[in-house]
Amino acid sequence: MTASQVIFYILSAFILGTAILSVTTTKIFRSAIWLLFSLIGVAGLYFWLEVEFIAAVQIVVYVGGIVVLIIFSIFLTQQSGKEMVKPRMLRTIASVLAVLFGFALTYFLIYKNDFQAGDKSFDWSVGKIGNQMLATGENGYALPFEVVSILLLAAMVGCIVIAIKAPADVSVATKEQVEIKEKEIAE
Amino acid sequence: MTDIPISHILFVSTALFFIGMYGLFTRRNMITMLMSIELILNSVNINFVVFNKYLYPDKLDGIFFTIFIITIAAAEAAVAIAIIINLYRSHRSIDVETAEEMKY
Repeated sequence: MTASQVIFYILSAFILGTAILSVTTTKIFRSAIWLLFSLIGVAGLYFWLEVEFIAAVQIVVYVGGIVVLIIFSIFLTQQSGKEMVKPRMLRTIASVLAVLFGFALTYFLIYKNDFQAGDKSFDWSVGKIGNQMLATGENGYALPFEVVSILLLAAMVGCIVIAIKAPADVSVATKEQVEIKEKEIAE
Repeated sequence: MTDIPISHILFVSTALFFIGMYGLFTRRNMITMLMSIELILNSVNINFVVFNKYLYPDKLDGIFFTIFIITIAAAEAAVAIAIIINLYRSHRSIDVETAEEMKY
């Protein structure tokens, strides 16, 4: 076994192990931390595949953005040390069976389809990616780029719209709570 | 680099996809379901990069799809978390079983 193979198998075991822990642990904060490790492992896999640009994007967007957002929302919505309700036994068994069957079927199809890797080396650079991203001609990705920027704008506006309705609800809730407390005090 | 067959890398991405599916089936907490979706999207990204690198090394389409998926995942996570926090404000719970009515 060469060093490259050893690194690949260690990375794969790391990704899958932390992913399994992330979906099975009962404490939600630990689940987020295991997800963080799994995403770092995927970034390591991209480094192993020698696509450093995607690895950097993965670390910046997923590890630095999405996981931090998830941890924020955990702190905003519930006690991080609290145990989550365990799923019912029947549901767990059914899910494991469904997942194992789906995995076996999919991997059987992949295994039977013998993918032959070419000998050519993968030729990418950030300059090439940038040029093709903004090209309007053949194989250009200018239109998807624009569509995605519109989507990001729409997501931003959507988040503001969702968040801006809340203060009225909160103030109503607090007024009710205040009234209930006043009644309790009066009694 | 070529001493690892493609099927071994596809094994990792397939396993990651079905681990995410397992989380989606068993979890009833919205934030953990969102985490499972992130795992699934990551497995798809691995697939795109691997197919691009090994089967079509002179093209860049897999890389572009990966970049767009990462962008959309970020937007999706932001909107989902805004919805979750809003739901928590009105229901005091982010369990999908307790959020039954759409209008509040």
